[in-house]
Amino acid sequence: MKKFFSILLTLFLPLSFTNVSKAAGHMEAEVIHWWTSGGEQAAISQFAEAWQEMGNTWIDTAITGGDNARGTTVNRIIGGNPPTAAQFNISKQFVDLVEQGLLQSLEEVASAEGWRDFIYPPELIETCEFEGEFYCVPVNIHSWQWMWINNDVYKQVGLPVPQTFEEFLAGAPTIQDAGIIPLALGGQGWQESGMFDVVASSIMGFPLMQSIYRDKDVDAFRDGRFESVLNTFRELNTFTDEGSPGRLWNDTTAMVIEGKAAMQVMGDWARGEFAVAGKEAMVDYSCVIPGKEKYVALGGDVFVFPKNDDPKVKDVQLAMASMMVNPTVQAKFNNAKGSLPMRLDVDTSAADACMQMGLDLIQNPDAIMRESDDWNTPAFTSAWDDIISEFRNDPNYTVAQVMDDLEGVLTSGL
Amino acid sequence: MPLFRNIASIIALLPMIIISLTVFVGCIIYSFVYSLTNSKLIPVTNFVGFDQYERLFKQRKWDVAVENIFIYGFVFTIGCLIIGFLLAVLIDQKIRGESLFRTIFLYPYAMSFVVTGLVWKWVLNPTFGLENSMHMWGFSWFELDWLVNRDLAIYAVCIAAVWQGAGFVMVLMLAGLRGIDEDIWKSLSIEGVAKWKSYLFVILPMLRPMVVTAIVLIAAGVVKVYDLILALTSGGPGYATTTPAMYVMENFFSRANLGQAFAASIIMFISVVCILAPWAFYEFYLRNKYAAN
Repeated sequence: MKKFFSILLTLFLPLSFTNVSKAAGHMEAEVIHWWTSGGEQAAISQFAEAWQEMGNTWIDTAITGGDNARGTTVNRIIGGNPPTAAQFNISKQFVDLVEQGLLQSLEEVASAEGWRDFIYPPELIETCEFEGEFYCVPVNIHSWQWMWINNDVYKQVGLPVPQTFEEFLAGAPTIQDAGIIPLALGGQGWQESGMFDVVASSIMGFPLMQSIYRDKDVDAFRDGRFESVLNTFRELNTFTDEGSPGRLWNDTTAMVIEGKAAMQVMGDWARGEFAVAGKEAMVDYSCVIPGKEKYVALGGDVFVFPKNDDPKVKDVQLAMASMMVNPTVQAKFNNAKGSLPMRLDVDTSAADACMQMGLDLIQNPDAIMRESDDWNTPAFTSAWDDIISEFRNDPNYTVAQVMDDLEGVLTSGL
Repeated sequence: MPLFRNIASIIALLPMIIISLTVFVGCIIYSFVYSLTNSKLIPVTNFVGFDQYERLFKQRKWDVAVENIFIYGFVFTIGCLIIGFLLAVLIDQKIRGESLFRTIFLYPYAMSFVVTGLVWKWVLNPTFGLENSMHMWGFSWFELDWLVNRDLAIYAVCIAAVWQGAGFVMVLMLAGLRGIDEDIWKSLSIEGVAKWKSYLFVILPMLRPMVVTAIVLIAAGVVKVYDLILALTSGGPGYATTTPAMYVMENFFSRANLGQAFAASIIMFISVVCILAPWAFYEFYLRNKYAAN
């Protein structure tokens, strides 16, 4: 037994010494994030490697699930043991933290490096800027606006690949007759509401979405176009399979990859699943931005840096923020993640056909679309999404009733 | 002074009393105070009166949650008691391999609710579960879509819960049955009472303490049901199987809506008190009174 302990001691002693020596000379940073899948891990390790090449220590706190990770971050901030950096989405999720003065301002490094000149599109600056100061670092852009389509299925039934939801609906019965599920949809709240917003933007266009979600304009909401979105959404849902409730998004994508289903509406992270399965963009599968006017949505991730009692931490945080926007790091990170970079001067030569489509589109300011959570608190968006999810699952929930309930949320002041 | 009669035992109990007061009572007061604010991501003292409660009672989702907890509570409790008692009676017939069956029936109870949830999720899934297997065996008429049917999904949850809980009730009942005096059985057989009649009208009333224990333990599990549903349906389809506990957790963590979560948990607390108070009143006050008389 004694021997056992001495072995343990010799094992752990050098470890503790290295920790001490590192803490003395280098910067140590703990980062909370929810990137745990294969591709996501590859992406975050680009940050970690760049940070370690600067001679610093990276403490990786990966927590499965965005909700859990954000909950942990908030609990630790309130409990007085904040991490150095923490991940949030491009949204209003962290606005309370800024208002309560719990986040470190990054203005020093932002104005020194001229972030306002190179961060693109400028909407990202809006997300991070509060009273003229930067409080977060946008790191990537993910867009929901995609239909992922198995080309073989359409070849098999002899139909052209649909470019709009109307075209898809026209071909759906033929696909169903061929014994293939036309629409692959995972029945989880976020997947249902995500798809709903894609249907909404492709049918009624971004300006109307903006007046509803941002301006809470009840007249615009009631002008008939939103009802047609609801009707289309309901029709689309008649073409899903009964295994849908609760299915994970990647299992759902796999159905399209295997040809069991024809189409899935999902964000651009789905491309990673096709790539892992060895499928080639535009050959084996098509990525289509549905609708006559094409949009790319500004979803994605940011990092925030909670204030710390220890004044030395601020320098660490500013150094890390600067590292994250570095063009070389951005190129490596986004190529691994499959997302669009937050600046235009980044090397994207490795982009595939689908990613190139996104890159081309985002350079047109009119094609950039915001999402509801850019303007609204989680309390609002979740109340809204509950109704959409219930609408999808309860065939007795009429369009008129849904309109009334949504209007209730719209005017609730949440 | 009766307060200082057992000074040593009071000192020994002090840590427990302090913890109960600060943790339980303190947190309840804290929750109530913040349920009157419009706290979102972090607690703030911006008081808005009873707005959060008003909003809570307008939520369709909350109505569904409350309805579900009643259905679940009723079906789970009754189901566990009936099946548990029947299993205990069957095992009590001095069968061969008794310990083997006892182990099999009790085994589900040793599993966590998350495992139970996942297992039943796969069994009940219409595309690759039992229904699919039956179709492949040629029984194409077979239909089992409870999990994806919004009206029946909550009963699917009940099945999984009863599957797990019944074994535990069986063990409790079996212990009770083994405690029944042989002479009672002898006199019952001399009288020529049918077996089922003797179980139902003579033995069952004698097992009252076991039944009460089982009900208390099951009921405690009903109020806090969360992990089973999360693993089995995640509250779906839509929010057809959501429960009050899930509503609270959701608002606390993913929805950044603390005020609403506090309000919902206070309502949960009040309803539990409403159910327990008459029983506690009887147990601790009336019974002593009658006993004294």
